Amino acid sequence: MSSTNSSDKVPVGVLGGGSFGSAIANLLAENQPVIMLTRSQDVADSINSTRINRGRTMHENVRATTDVQEVADQCKLIYPIIPSAGFRETIKTLAPFLTPEHILIHGTKGVDVRMADGEQLTAEFKLNPKKVNTMTEVIMQETIVRRVGCLAGPNLASEILEGQPAATVIASHFDEVIKIGQRTLRTPRFQVYGSHDLTGVEIAGVLKNVIALAAGALSGLGFGENAKALLISRGLVEMIHIGKHLGGDIVAVLGLAGVGDLIATCSSSKSRNFTVGYRLAKGETLTAILADMEEVAEGLNTLRISRAMANYLGIRVPLTETIYDVIFGEKTVEEGLDYLMKFPFYVDIDRSMFGGR
Amino acid sequence: MATKVHNSDGWLYDPILPDSDSWPIVKLTNHREEFLKELVELSIENIKESLGNNPANLKDELARTLYTERIRLTQTPWKADAPDEKEFWSQVKKDMVRINAGHENPNAFGHEDLIQRIVKRYAEEIAGVFDVKAYDFAKGFTTFMFARLLNASQDKGFSRFWGSRHNLHDKIHLIGEIDHVRALAEKGTVIIVPTHFSNLDSMLIGWAIQSIGLPPVLYGAGLNLFGIKIMAWFMNRLGAYKVDRRKKNTLYLETLKMYSELSLRKGCNGLFFPGGTRSRSGMLEKRVKLGLLGTALQAQRMNFIDDGEEAKKIFVIPVTINYNFVLEAQSLIDQHLKISGQEHYYVENDDFSTSSKMMRFIYKFFTASSEIAVRYGAPMDLFGNRVDEEGNSFDPHGNVVDIKKYFYSNGDITKDMQRDAEYTRMLGERIVKSFHAEAVAFCSQILAYAAFRIIKTRYNKMDLYGLMRLPSEDLVIKPKELMDVVDKVVTRLRQLNELGEIHVEKEILEGSLSSIIKKGLANLGIYHAKLPLMYNADGDFESQDIKILYFYHNRLEGYELHKFIR
Repeated sequence: MSSTNSSDKVPVGVLGGGSFGSAIANLLAENQPVIMLTRSQDVADSINSTRINRGRTMHENVRATTDVQEVADQCKLIYPIIPSAGFRETIKTLAPFLTPEHILIHGTKGVDVRMADGEQLTAEFKLNPKKVNTMTEVIMQETIVRRVGCLAGPNLASEILEGQPAATVIASHFDEVIKIGQRTLRTPRFQVYGSHDLTGVEIAGVLKNVIALAAGALSGLGFGENAKALLISRGLVEMIHIGKHLGGDIVAVLGLAGVGDLIATCSSSKSRNFTVGYRLAKGETLTAILADMEEVAEGLNTLRISRAMANYLGIRVPLTETIYDVIFGEKTVEEGLDYLMKFPFYVDIDRSMFGGR
Repeated sequence: MATKVHNSDGWLYDPILPDSDSWPIVKLTNHREEFLKELVELSIENIKESLGNNPANLKDELARTLYTERIRLTQTPWKADAPDEKEFWSQVKKDMVRINAGHENPNAFGHEDLIQRIVKRYAEEIAGVFDVKAYDFAKGFTTFMFARLLNASQDKGFSRFWGSRHNLHDKIHLIGEIDHVRALAEKGTVIIVPTHFSNLDSMLIGWAIQSIGLPPVLYGAGLNLFGIKIMAWFMNRLGAYKVDRRKKNTLYLETLKMYSELSLRKGCNGLFFPGGTRSRSGMLEKRVKLGLLGTALQAQRMNFIDDGEEAKKIFVIPVTINYNFVLEAQSLIDQHLKISGQEHYYVENDDFSTSSKMMRFIYKFFTASSEIAVRYGAPMDLFGNRVDEEGNSFDPHGNVVDIKKYFYSNGDITKDMQRDAEYTRMLGERIVKSFHAEAVAFCSQILAYAAFRIIKTRYNKMDLYGLMRLPSEDLVIKPKELMDVVDKVVTRLRQLNELGEIHVEKEILEGSLSSIIKKGLANLGIYHAKLPLMYNADGDFESQDIKILYFYHNRLEGYELHKFIR
């Protein structure tokens, strides 16, 4: 990759050294210097000396560090790209160094749940959607930063790292955030769209991971395109159903962050969520699959949350329920499929969801 | 309530600025001409900017202004309109025709001149004057009136109207973060944002602001109110500025916003009712109007540009005004039901349109034996952050925040209207949240809530409009049934009070179930012709007017209490 004359530009921060974090850091590095925060000093050292992270070459403009204050002091624009499970904690450690000048654009396709002590997301648990926060809400709760955005869309990290053409959407209430996101991320092979529907885009990105799990399972069973199309279209309906209760706008589901992302993950063995489903269908156990996966599949957490929320709301989401039963052990993949094929769906699209009759 | 200490004037708190010459609002009046000149200049600058600095747009907007103003003149003329309105706009029309026909050199006598004339006229109409003597008179007068009326309420009727002294502060409880607000008013500029349920609010909040020793505030008042002679006399001298909701053209709106911004920049404390009009449903404000709130953000940005580190900060003080009853409840809830029932057209019921009606209203209000709680909520900066008594802003973890940097991009303060609009929207959300946390629940509201919910559950297949048509014989509730639900509501409210998500009156915290019901019943809608809840001949509870019951029930909406009474 050729280096632009970017050394005099203000550096941009990336929190997280996972595969997506690395992919975003490399994209950003084409336009300006990047400071990447990793958790372990060893990883940081190895990136700085070998330019290799997770088997991929890192751009020469990327410098790794474990010093959170350094990132906050040097970078007014920071991209947190970290799993939802550790998101709140990481933001808390960053919070004391943030000023109102900072802009945060996160790329985490997960939600944060505030549970009381002893509560667990079992199949019966009723989860009030009010306890579920998007990553933007976490940032707003823990920091004084107001200019927040999110990154969503079909962004398979490995393809981006290979420099293949791709696109993303940056959603924010602030034009300023969208513009700065576009300016820092856009490259000749990476298109960046903007959206004002922050919550809608975030939720679309989160919920599609559940469908990706199922897509992997169908593929593992050896089924073809009809089955996949069935899953995607029915899956979208459930995404809308659940997403509405999380305060999302339906329209975002039609965009890059919804359908776009769904098609990419449902077709790709490179997606972690897809892989989990695929290997389950091939007969492996969840424990075995998780044991040799390097990074978390956000879909598993989202699946528990969606299921528990549907319990609370008293809504029927057969696809989500079935995927839950299959993944967490009550049904085999075949039983799950059988159940869904016999489930009495009477209408394709329930127009009341869209405000019609 | 705790014993109150009064200063020698009979007020609770000493004034922050005893010398009226140092009041920003007085300074503004003393330099009125200069102020108006600056106002016109800056407004025109903003008008041009909002029209993209495009002469064609400006011309279109002028034509639109002229057109809508001429319609206003014929269709909705008000007593408060200036007597020469017609002549003024006829002249504008003639000049516009001449300019557009190109008969004259547009540079000599063109659109610029027209804008100047119109904006200047608007500015002069909007800007109020302040008169210290009138202020002192009004201050004494309202206190005197309020106090006398409350005496009458104690002794039932006019016979003892001039009788024993009774203190106003025992009836109107001023509670909350008063010392905090006073401290901030000395450090910077404060904007009071109260909830709005009753026509009495304006007068009451004015009195409540004086009571805690704050210098007078600048507030907008509907131009229609200036048609009532006594109101006009007071408001014309008390720093009210005129807001005309009929005028929706850019020239007017920008001038109005600039007036608010400029006066805040000059240090005048402000008062907005962020909900706009009174809450028709009786619910706490769910969303707020952002137009005037946004001017505070502009003022804050300009303060930083002008004065750097020395810049005065602007603080927002949410205030909840809590009543046991709202005299206009009947007409408010009727309007609410009509609007939500898709009858888009409704007539603004003018229960306040003449001086005598207003006096009767105030008399009725105070002669009813009822308490009012005015609660000053936790102050915040314009970004919704917590502030301490020194005026420092804090992040959620207690670190000090330099709010100037919210206006930064690339290390400098920049003007970004879209960004400011978003900040304002977020501030609006924080204010709504604060209203819920700072509201004070009364026994009367609990009773209304419980009774309405029982009826609603009983007819769970019926929609709201069906419920509203139920005859009173269907609105009978057994004492045991009501007591059970009240018990659950009280338990939950005590929890919420503990969590800081609402405040409750002392009786709810300490009283027994029967004393809460007793107090609630004594206070619930006592001044309405038909009672929302009463004992009937059989010793059961009965509602004579479910609409009114619904109205008072609504005040406790939004706390998810219904989940705890199943």
